[in-house]
Amino acid sequence: MQPMRNYANPTEFLRLADVLVPIAAAITGLLLALGLYLSWFVAPPDYQQGETVRIMYLHVPAAWMSLFVYAVATSAALGTLVWRHPLADAAQKAAAPLGASFTFLCLVTGSIWGKPMWGTWWVWDARLTSVLVLFLIYLGLVALWQTIEDPGKAARAAAIFTLVGAVNIPIIKFSVDWWNTLHQPASVFRLGGPAISGAMLWPLVVMALAFTFLFLTLHLMAIRNEILRRRLRRLALLAVDAEDHAPDPSWEAALER
Amino acid sequence: MTLYRPPRSPLAALFLREIRVGRRIGGGSMLGVIFFLVLVTLTPFAIGPDLALLSRIAPAILWLSGLLATLLGLDRLFQADYEDGSLDLMLTSRTPLELVILTKCAAHWVLTGLPLVAAAPLFGLMLAMPAQDLWRIALSLLVGTPALTLIGAIGAALTVSLRRGGLLLAVLILPLSVPVLIFGVAAAAATESGLLPFATPMMILCALTLLALVGAPVAAAAALRQAGS
Repeated sequence: MQPMRNYANPTEFLRLADVLVPIAAAITGLLLALGLYLSWFVAPPDYQQGETVRIMYLHVPAAWMSLFVYAVATSAALGTLVWRHPLADAAQKAAAPLGASFTFLCLVTGSIWGKPMWGTWWVWDARLTSVLVLFLIYLGLVALWQTIEDPGKAARAAAIFTLVGAVNIPIIKFSVDWWNTLHQPASVFRLGGPAISGAMLWPLVVMALAFTFLFLTLHLMAIRNEILRRRLRRLALLAVDAEDHAPDPSWEAALER
Repeated sequence: MTLYRPPRSPLAALFLREIRVGRRIGGGSMLGVIFFLVLVTLTPFAIGPDLALLSRIAPAILWLSGLLATLLGLDRLFQADYEDGSLDLMLTSRTPLELVILTKCAAHWVLTGLPLVAAAPLFGLMLAMPAQDLWRIALSLLVGTPALTLIGAIGAALTVSLRRGGLLLAVLILPLSVPVLIFGVAAAAATESGLLPFATPMMILCALTLLALVGAPVAAAAALRQAGS
């Protein structure tokens, strides 16, 4: 056991995170305020969809983030498997629930948008279905993290599953597209209408940036929490080792938290 | 037993061992077929005895039942070996772990997948499928179920150290089975008239199985190594 060597880099990271988190949070707040103002008050209503089009400014960035977070998780998974880096473990673990949340946000806003546009909360459209499967993969990943007790083993198992998922997601996407064209005419869902105009594009870009910074902030904070949680666990284990007799109940209760 | 000759390669020995153990434990291959039959029997109770409707959705029912039946016993694929220590022998042996996994999957498929393939035409008749379409469901299951077993092996390897990994295993691998299900059902539901093509989904199904044949043992081996270390 060489805790000093193991924690050398995470300590650096903690110092860096303490500086970066407030900055990223401030940028997130500014961009969100600007993006929401633009999308609610400045962007024009769509000539077909009216005011309901404004939900796009939440929906589309969430959809982008659902894939972006998976890309982040995949690189972290490579870090875990190739370099066995404890920081990569923490980055992986922190990314999974965030990705699931963005995907859920994408599904919910899509559903709310779909009700006035398509007249139904849910259709088995190719895109919706692929995103739903992506959501299921995220949930499986979170479940895997929660089930395996040893953090190192959980990290490697989750990394392998993340990579398997990364190979499978394009295949699933392709399959679902094929299935959809076979079963349903694609023309029904071509309601998107005209190519997006500049007045709508700018709020969308700002919102996408805001979501990216929101993810960065939350990810940094979650990694920091994970490192601290692991340290606590390690300290607790060392403390238990140091004591010859069984640990007293109050110490155990502290561990549970 | 005097006539028993030791097999030549370790993989052949492993295959025979898996078959023997699999047949002795848990009713062997018949149980999977019985489960398949139960699922097929329940369907008309759920959606009504309308033969026209049943024959239309029969490929879907058979494929879904096949998917669920393949899950049977999958959580024990590596777990029994993990518990009694055989897995450590496999990890330290000179035979590549990927081939060991492929062999175990082959044995598992012979015990669970192959009986389903054999029983599928009969169950298709029970669901009012036209007799001339039955070979499609059998062929699509024959090609597709190995992929399901192989994808399942990844999940089984990831959950090997968990006491109750069965549910997690299903949650992990069923979303990954979506492509196999899509193309399997598409191949099985193809019509003679050519309105719904058969060759295209069938060939993609073959491709998926070949991909799983190459990729899944590598992923499962990586998962088993991390669990064993």
